[in-house]
Amino acid sequence: MARMVEVTRRKMLQRAVGVGVAVGVYGVSFGVLAVAAGASVAQAMALSLLVFTGASQFAFISVVAVGGSVAAAVAPALVLAARNAIYGIAVGPLLGGGRLRRALLAHLVIDESTAMARARDEPDEARFAFTATGLSVLGFWNAGTLAGALAGGVLGDPRSLGMDAMFPAAFLALLAPQLRRSGAPTAAVAGALIAAALLTVTPAGVPVLAAVAALVPAAAAIRRVRREVAPA
Amino acid sequence: MTWPTILLLAAASYLLKAVGPLFVGARELPPRVGELLDIAAVPLLAALVLVQTVGTAGSFTIDARVAAVGVAAILVWRRAPFPVVVIAAAATAAALRALA
Repeated sequence: MARMVEVTRRKMLQRAVGVGVAVGVYGVSFGVLAVAAGASVAQAMALSLLVFTGASQFAFISVVAVGGSVAAAVAPALVLAARNAIYGIAVGPLLGGGRLRRALLAHLVIDESTAMARARDEPDEARFAFTATGLSVLGFWNAGTLAGALAGGVLGDPRSLGMDAMFPAAFLALLAPQLRRSGAPTAAVAGALIAAALLTVTPAGVPVLAAVAALVPAAAAIRRVRREVAPA
Repeated sequence: MTWPTILLLAAASYLLKAVGPLFVGARELPPRVGELLDIAAVPLLAALVLVQTVGTAGSFTIDARVAAVGVAAILVWRRAPFPVVVIAAAATAAALRALA
């Protein structure tokens, strides 16, 4: 029995490192873009260490890069980070331990750690998978950011290197897997339309933030699907 | 980019993560709230794709980014890994600008 647990642990650790390495490469692109957007190496590191939630960090620096205000840069980043609140509620009961331990582990609540924890049925295994994945991603994400931020400083003109095209490509890659969820296609189309309508008339960042209103037609789409699946 | 902004973002991001582990405990969210939060990122990401592809300082521009995002879309559709998508987009834009 004890040996089986040991094998399971090793497997979970291997998976945690695998996910971490993949995220680390993504971290390199974040580091490069953060510096190109005007962040110092220390600021890029602070974002990856303290904010530690990928899509939000990309959204934040993309607005900063085009000269958006504080509110215009922070608000969309926080809407993107709102899913971490759901993840936290989902994995919260698994974390165990005292308040301090929970407060520290809360920082590791992200897509990858939550997914790995929820793939486990045993609470002990789920807790181990969560912690191992969270720490691995935190380590590799920051190592990648540091490498990218240091390299970015010596790369030269971000535009001639096509770095401005990395932002929309990154957001598209983050968006695509979520499009299968109920209401998501409606939310995506409506969100893009709202942003297009506001692009020329509002300050930078506002078109993105206002896109959250697309959740209204998306909610209607979800209700419609539910009525079709389960007629009253 | 200023330090107070970064720290504000860090504090708010942490609070979002900590709501569950520190304040909610073992409680289920109403399913409708869960469903909406599940797709809350979708309209923002779609808006970011649009703004970052054709937006320049408050106006529409068609430039090398459009072709780069087209290449990225094909790669995303073919399930290429994230770094491949991002680097291919940068390479496409860089090549088009070098040729222009």
